[in-house]
Amino acid sequence: MTDLASRVAPPRPALSDRLKFYGIWIATALTLLLLPKIFASGGSLTTFSLVGISIIFALSYNILLGQTGMLSFGHAVYYGLGGFLAIHAINLLGGNKWPIPLPLVPLIGGVAGLFFAALIGWVMTQRSGTAFAMISLGLAELVASSALILRTFFGGEAGISANRTKLFKLFGLNFGPQIQIYYLVAAWTLIAIIAMYALTRTPLGRMCNAVRDNPERVQFVGYDPHVVRYLAFCFSGFFAGIAGALAAINFEIANSAYLGAVQSGTVLFAAYIGGIGFFIGPIVGAIFVTILSLGLSDLTHVWQLYFGLFFIAVVMFTPGGITGLMMMHRPLLRAGMLTQMLPSYLLAALPTLALVTGLMLMIETTVHYTVNPGESPHIKAFGIPFNAASPLTWTISAVLIVAGFVLARLAWARVGHTWDTTLTAARAKVHAR
Amino acid sequence: MLELIVISTLNGVLFGMLLFLMASGLTVIFSMLGVLNFAHASFYMLGAFFGFQISRWFGFWPALLFAPLLAGAIGAAVERFGLRRVHRNGHVAELLFTFGLAFAIEEIVQIIWGKSPVDFRPPALLDFPAFTIFSTNYPAYKMFMLAVSIVIFIGLLLVLKKTRVGLIVQAALTHPHMVGHLGHNVERIFMLVFGVGTALAAVAGVIAGPSLVTQSNMAGLLGPILFVVVVVGGLGSLPGAFIASLLIGLVQTFAVSINGSLASVFGPLGPDLAQSWLSDIWNVTVAQIAPIMPYLLLVLILIFRPMGLLGTRET
Repeated sequence: MTDLASRVAPPRPALSDRLKFYGIWIATALTLLLLPKIFASGGSLTTFSLVGISIIFALSYNILLGQTGMLSFGHAVYYGLGGFLAIHAINLLGGNKWPIPLPLVPLIGGVAGLFFAALIGWVMTQRSGTAFAMISLGLAELVASSALILRTFFGGEAGISANRTKLFKLFGLNFGPQIQIYYLVAAWTLIAIIAMYALTRTPLGRMCNAVRDNPERVQFVGYDPHVVRYLAFCFSGFFAGIAGALAAINFEIANSAYLGAVQSGTVLFAAYIGGIGFFIGPIVGAIFVTILSLGLSDLTHVWQLYFGLFFIAVVMFTPGGITGLMMMHRPLLRAGMLTQMLPSYLLAALPTLALVTGLMLMIETTVHYTVNPGESPHIKAFGIPFNAASPLTWTISAVLIVAGFVLARLAWARVGHTWDTTLTAARAKVHAR
Repeated sequence: MLELIVISTLNGVLFGMLLFLMASGLTVIFSMLGVLNFAHASFYMLGAFFGFQISRWFGFWPALLFAPLLAGAIGAAVERFGLRRVHRNGHVAELLFTFGLAFAIEEIVQIIWGKSPVDFRPPALLDFPAFTIFSTNYPAYKMFMLAVSIVIFIGLLLVLKKTRVGLIVQAALTHPHMVGHLGHNVERIFMLVFGVGTALAAVAGVIAGPSLVTQSNMAGLLGPILFVVVVVGGLGSLPGAFIASLLIGLVQTFAVSINGSLASVFGPLGPDLAQSWLSDIWNVTVAQIAPIMPYLLLVLILIFRPMGLLGTRET
């Protein structure tokens, strides 16, 4: 028996591998600890808190999409319900002076998310694929519309607010200042990342991948794909609830927007743009999307359009997301041949940049004429002033778009060709070693 | 009471037929391409806004013709240059592509026409009461909407049952791969079907625009209901989509006109319930929960018949 086990089990990783593995986690913890020392302003602390929350949320989403292959359009339901339960819990705990400190409130949100996911999930996870996607959308609409009807619990349009500082104080922390909230979010983020990573290494996590790749096979082996999907759904709801509770603590309010389609769409964008194929993908995506949406909204009125177009571009050209794109280059990096790709990348970047600039110029000019036609044509987008009324602007935009498009097509075809030859060479080189 | 039933039935059938105009395109596209077009309701919205703009320049009747053609051309282009490329990356990528498209179309419509409703009126020719039942004037324009949707429905039926293209489409509903093996230019059929499907949605948009509200959130409001129709009817089943469209149209219209609540029916039995934490559920009227009726129906169907009413396919 032991003989069999030792033969089946993978070999114990070497010391250097283990050091590398734990080193990454320790480095993450240190980064989270030291971040506020480097960027100490109030604005950046708020940004970091939002990023942390969205990391947990995006990772919980990826349990569904990336690991179990379930595309959900209603993940905000569990986020929002977790948030509402957390707000009610804060009010209840503060009002009754129960000795439960604020750092434990996210757990309440998580349990709420778990409860509702367990309740709704059994029916939903009966179907997979496209049917699941539509059902998740329908149920999300059901919950979001019900939230406006059940006014006592959800507070109608205004939402429910709470005061996080009135809770039982542990070690004298009252969680008034943003720095304390940041550390609370950071701690929960680290815990949640570790827990979700651990989940992917369990037999359940492996079965989730199997259900994603080939549900029929899973049935042959003797598992019920429905049950596996259901369990994944419950875990996902749990972590989404934690994220929602943290958001509620951060803003001290929960309203129906927490449950809405926009929130569900944002987490989908974050997870997919980051890359759903790797564990780290949604983390990258959450950081990227949160900072992008905060930053872009200062630069232009129509940032949501750019956001949507960017998402479409990612879906069309790099379905692996940002991490997928980077991981693609790993074999080249190993063979030390990454530099061979650089010239053709640079060559392709130039016309692509021209195309993008032309499109942006066109969009901003159009926006000037449709959204605020009365104003002066000397507009400023992305900090660059230009004259929207001048024919020169239109000509430049048209030339950039047409020339950029034609040249970009040629250049990218060349990139594809170089890529193929370089990759083959790199593989041969690694193989020869 | 009889007045309410007659008017609600008429309105319900009308709404149901409009839903079917969209759901039929969605179903055929789903069956053939295997992709659920998340942006289908966006083409309905595009139809309404194109209709508004063209009717402002040239009048309503050219709009009824050209707005669907324009939207259909955009739809065909989306299939040709977008979906076909994304197809390589799998179904999830296709669905996400249409999701991003729906998002972008809503933003573009907001940029061009603004967030508030536009003033899209029925043509003067049809701006009179068609008949009066029990002191309620029923507008002629609604009868026109009903007539248009029924004509298109019959036309669609004839095309599907009697023509060669219809035969191929029907075959592709059940055996999409076999159609390809038989040597049809599947790519061109796909593009055509996508264009016609989106054009049908745009027709619904043009005729519904003056009667309902033409606003940039109309796609977001209608889209989920459309998916409910398709799931309730059974994915890939045209007759199922028809029954589900009428069912949801009627359910929602009747619900809006019923003003009763639990409290008004059972009020005397438990007067103290109106004060308790259940008061929201106790006092809410049927009319208030009309928007969530389709979703409740969806949950019921999922519990009792996960395939949908007439569905046969598992995914």
